[in-house]
Amino acid sequence: MIETISHPWPWYIAGPAIGLMVPLLLIVLNKSFGVSSSLRHLCAMCSVSKNDYFHYNWKKESWNILFVFGIFLGAVAVNYFLPYDGVVELSRGATEKLAGLGITEHFGLLPEQLFSLEHIGELRTLVIVIVGGFLVGFGTRYAGGCTSGHAIMGLSLLSLGSLVAVVGFFLGGLLMSWFGLPLLLS
Amino acid sequence: MKHLYALILGALFGGILVKAEVLSWFRIQEMFWFESFHMYGVIGSAVVVGAISVFILRRLGTKSISGALINPAPKAFNKTGNLFGGIIFGLGWALTGACPGPLYALVGSGYGIMILTILAAMLGVVAYGAVREKLPH
Repeated sequence: MIETISHPWPWYIAGPAIGLMVPLLLIVLNKSFGVSSSLRHLCAMCSVSKNDYFHYNWKKESWNILFVFGIFLGAVAVNYFLPYDGVVELSRGATEKLAGLGITEHFGLLPEQLFSLEHIGELRTLVIVIVGGFLVGFGTRYAGGCTSGHAIMGLSLLSLGSLVAVVGFFLGGLLMSWFGLPLLLS
Repeated sequence: MKHLYALILGALFGGILVKAEVLSWFRIQEMFWFESFHMYGVIGSAVVVGAISVFILRRLGTKSISGALINPAPKAFNKTGNLFGGIIFGLGWALTGACPGPLYALVGSGYGIMILTILAAMLGVVAYGAVREKLPH
């Protein structure tokens, strides 16, 4: 049993489990599922900017900060109690494309040859770790949500704006994965 | 109590993110390259379960623990912001291989370098706050 749940879950278990976060949050907290607004609340909490955008009662949204702290703790707990030492089992096509970009190490969840402090001085790591993060923060606030708030919660409410946002997510992602990343890693 | 519940639900979500492997940079590239069904299956079935749940909760007039009627409002529709913001986020998602939820879960999975990505994301939010009135929404 422990072994079965320690192994990465197939999509038909993982997806519905994520979908159940929607009714759980509604029933328990009467809140809409969403993660990216936590970035704004964290900025407001730390008073990092004098801009009006950060002058609001973030304490009213403090559940969201605890929710993301919980995400961190849950990941720690799962990695400790239900460890999985195998590699991410990628499709052959993806493995070949990665090799074409010079990424041959598949240990863990991300390529350490790109994501490590040792390489932080290199342009490609800086772009991926820092510029990538900046775009995630800027983009999610401009769009008003991320994969959880728009793709899962928004589409669950059949919201047109969320559909437009999700189309945007994919346009941006396709551009980066097919053109930006190969250029950066070449 | 509310805060404890939020923490527990967050932990549940964080654990699922790890086991679903949706926080893996490899899986995100695989998705955008159309090389695997995994991510589409995860997001698609999550939406189906979410939508059916909302429909049932509304239909039954379910109340939350606090006693308020559950009636989630969709986010405000702003075509330009949704699209342009979405594209900008998509570029970042494919670079870092992580959307906001996975960022926190990656730090919890031992990838301390993602703290820098979270700080950079906060900087992005500050930048958005500074220029938002000049942007079309």
